[in-house]
Amino acid sequence: MNLTLHVWRQKNATDKGRMTTYAAKGVNPEMSFLEMLDVLNEELTMKGEDPIAFDHDCREGICGSCGFMINGVAHGPLPKTTVCQLHMRHFKNGDKLYLEPWRASAFPVLKDLVVNRSAFDRIIASGGYVSVPSGSAPDGNAIAIPKQDSDRAMDSAQCIGCGACVAACPNASAALFTGAKIHHLGMLPQGQPERKKRALRIVAQANAELFGSCTNIGECEAVCPKGINLEVIAAMNRDFLRASWSARPDAVVAE
Amino acid sequence: MQLDSRVPSGPIEKAWENYKFEMKLVNPANKRKYNIIVVGSGLAGGSAAATMAELGYNVKCFCFQDSPRRAHSIAAQGGINAAKNYQNDGDSIFRLFYDTVKGGDFRAREANVYRLAQISVDIIDQCVAQGVPFAREYGGTLANRSFGGAQVSRTFYARGQTGQQLLLGAYQALERQVDAGKVEMIPRTEMLDLVVVDGKARGIITRNLITGKIEAHVADAVVLGTGGYGNVYYLSTNAKGSNATAIWRAHKRGALFANPCFTQIHPTCIPVSGDYQSKLTLMSESLRNDGRIWVPKKQGDKRAPAQIPEAERDYYLERRYPSFGNLVPRDVASRNAKAVCDEGRGVGESGLGVYLDFADAIQRLGKATIVERYGNLFEMYERITGENPYELPMRIYPAIHYTMGGLWVDYQLMSTIPGLFVIGEANFSDHGANRLGASALMQGLSDGYFVLPYTIGNYLASTKLEKVTTSLPEFCAAENGVAEMTKRLLSIRGNRTVSSFHRELGKLLWDHCGMSRNEAGLKEGIQKIVSLREDFWKNVNVLGSGEELNQALEKAGRVADFFELGELMCRDALDRNESCGGHFREEYQTPEGEALRDDVNYSYVAAWAYPAVLHKEPLTFDYVHPSQRSYK
Ligand SMILES: Cc1cc2nc3c(=O)[nH]c(=O)nc-3n(C[C@H](O)[C@H](O)[C@H](O)COP(=O)(O)OP(=O)(O)OC[C@H]3O[C@@H](n4cnc5c(N)ncnc54)[C@H](O)[C@@H]3O)c2cc1C
Ligand code: FES
Repeated sequence: MNLTLHVWRQKNATDKGRMTTYAAKGVNPEMSFLEMLDVLNEELTMKGEDPIAFDHDCREGICGSCGFMINGVAHGPLPKTTVCQLHMRHFKNGDKLYLEPWRASAFPVLKDLVVNRSAFDRIIASGGYVSVPSGSAPDGNAIAIPKQDSDRAMDSAQCIGCGACVAACPNASAALFTGAKIHHLGMLPQGQPERKKRALRIVAQANAELFGSCTNIGECEAVCPKGINLEVIAAMNRDFLRASWSARPDAVVAE
Repeated sequence: MQLDSRVPSGPIEKAWENYKFEMKLVNPANKRKYNIIVVGSGLAGGSAAATMAELGYNVKCFCFQDSPRRAHSIAAQGGINAAKNYQNDGDSIFRLFYDTVKGGDFRAREANVYRLAQISVDIIDQCVAQGVPFAREYGGTLANRSFGGAQVSRTFYARGQTGQQLLLGAYQALERQVDAGKVEMIPRTEMLDLVVVDGKARGIITRNLITGKIEAHVADAVVLGTGGYGNVYYLSTNAKGSNATAIWRAHKRGALFANPCFTQIHPTCIPVSGDYQSKLTLMSESLRNDGRIWVPKKQGDKRAPAQIPEAERDYYLERRYPSFGNLVPRDVASRNAKAVCDEGRGVGESGLGVYLDFADAIQRLGKATIVERYGNLFEMYERITGENPYELPMRIYPAIHYTMGGLWVDYQLMSTIPGLFVIGEANFSDHGANRLGASALMQGLSDGYFVLPYTIGNYLASTKLEKVTTSLPEFCAAENGVAEMTKRLLSIRGNRTVSSFHRELGKLLWDHCGMSRNEAGLKEGIQKIVSLREDFWKNVNVLGSGEELNQALEKAGRVADFFELGELMCRDALDRNESCGGHFREEYQTPEGEALRDDVNYSYVAAWAYPAVLHKEPLTFDYVHPSQRSYK
């Protein structure tokens, strides 16, 4: 199968960038999308042209490294699938594909399809954890946790931090990402002591990183490779509101 | 060289406790005066960095991905062992210890393994407290499953994403310390050399992968938690970026490399589909709990699986190993898969595959249970192969998965370079010649949360450390060396890409130092590797410059190291005239084709000094008597 690829090329963070067209010939339908790009990159290298840079590592849909827009859709057309797990059998001969990096002011482009997502780490650092020093934990079975609760916590904990939700959102909001962490820890007894502080700090950090506000559009849920549910945003809003009413101010400014 | 393992004397049950009592402590107020470098943010590095920061040390942590949360530990699926005996099925610390020593085919150090089994129980508590959503029973207690090579249910899991959840727990603990100002996290940065001053590890040289800037970092101790080297084979279940560069360059600076030929082949991976293949995907071993492995009895039987009647199927593991059946250890399962394929009974296009069939399990347990247990793995399989495993049996084939070998460390996890500690898959410590399922996560977290933070204190408290700066000649020389190598790789502009060299090296190693090895093949392998390496340095083509994000340049440096490591693996395999665990030498097998160990001559850790000089650490077994492993 033969495809035409229009790929965003940008040398570095200060370069303006442009779309460049490539022909991908003889693509095997069993290949993954990134393998198709590997082959193209080998050809470009042998022609003396700079290969296309893209982030990737596990190629199993779990590390969250990969991700770019394919024809305007984060991670491409297949639902609940990262681009490393997308296979060429879902495309057809003659397709024209436009590949572009995540676009959001909180995710500046570093080169070609590679963006800087360190804002996500700073959000987790602001409160996405349970403060429990090594060696200070009670027995694992000391607190019984209803299976339904731990299953629901797991549903949100699955987030891979790829950033597709931000890229898909017209407001470039990170609400699905922040909501997933707040909901994961909020579902569990271990997460209760810091629940209010967590909601306040995470929301404040997301704003400081210039992510937009959530207006319930739902594009994030549609592209999320892990199928994280929109209800985590409602859970976050509830925790945030409650905390705003009831948390003592010094609980917010402390640290 | 005399290798001192520094195992504390006395009964094994007390060794760790005694050690902790006897070691020197760093005064809490003094901890903040020490700077520690941790390279790697996986389960081992991430947990170590977080814990040492909690204790008060200043930590700089590095990883090559854009975030510490993406270390390859994230991909572990099946679970983590702990001797909790929550299932009341007769498990104990001693049994986990016994299983691990036996599973490792008597090539691991008993005291280390015992400590690992002891600590296993604390790991689960720690992770639960962090909010790791382990699977639970309806009563609210933690659920367990049994995992390859064990006859008790001691494996804790979070769906098929255990590694992800454990890593996120460690990552969150790490980010908490970033927020507290105790950890400086430096992502997208690669360690390219170790700096040794006065015989002690005192810093590293790194390259910023975005700007290309080469920098020196000073520390009082350096910790490597840089993962395994399975990618030396090109195709493996490791992430594309997994590499041996950090440990290999430390090896060239004087750290001995132990048991490099002990590599693990995982029996249940998705078969290769074409020569563009960039990596192999593991299907968790937990699938073997409910799936049944078979091939047709007839050679070259190309019928669809449903068309092959029960009587014409060979459930070869159940037939040959009636007591363990489909749950035999990985090395045994892998070799048997290769054997039936070599007989021409393999399935799929290429004939390199066997069936893993869930039809019986679905009938017995209902589809809902199978979805609950393995849903995400089934989805992943379908995404990759386009086949629905609820209807068609999966096709699987063995692939390189884990490396038991790594830098040699003593009981304190310190290498032969004082002040250089090695944790997680990067060291050789606990798994001998074969690792049991669900025990790498356990080891990584044991090293990082519970062992290293103590032992490093002992080193710091008992060692006189002169003040050093990056202007010392040792730092300048190492920095120049890194810059030189970068320049050299960029100046060749030959006629082959880095990946094409890597692919060829991988194939060479798979053929000559893979699932089974023999003397002639290994010798031939060494010759071929050496000549391909020469060709690499004449003909590799790396475009662009060193002052930018240059992914081909990153790969080229890693592949250059793989060439040298690959040769050492063959030399090690050649030296070891026995079969044990993952190391199967065709010359040494029982009449039934099982691995034949030679405890009289080879009961040692092979620890290699650069370049390829062998030292031996003899192994003694006082608690588990070496026996021929039998899973019949
Ligand atoms: C697909 C798969 C499934 C698995 N399933 C299981 C399982 O179910 N149970 C189990 O117990 N084990 C399992 N394992 C094994 C286990 O996951 C690994 O052995 C373990 O996670 C390794 O952890 P680590 O911290 O040592 O290394 P990693 O998690 O690989 O971390 C390495 C770190 O080092 C960094 N790094 C590497 N080189 C450099 C460098 N030069 N400079 C800077 N940073 C560097 C990386 O960025 C990364 O942060 C599995 C492994 C794989 C591949
Ligand atoms: S490369 Fe890891 S999720 Fe795609």
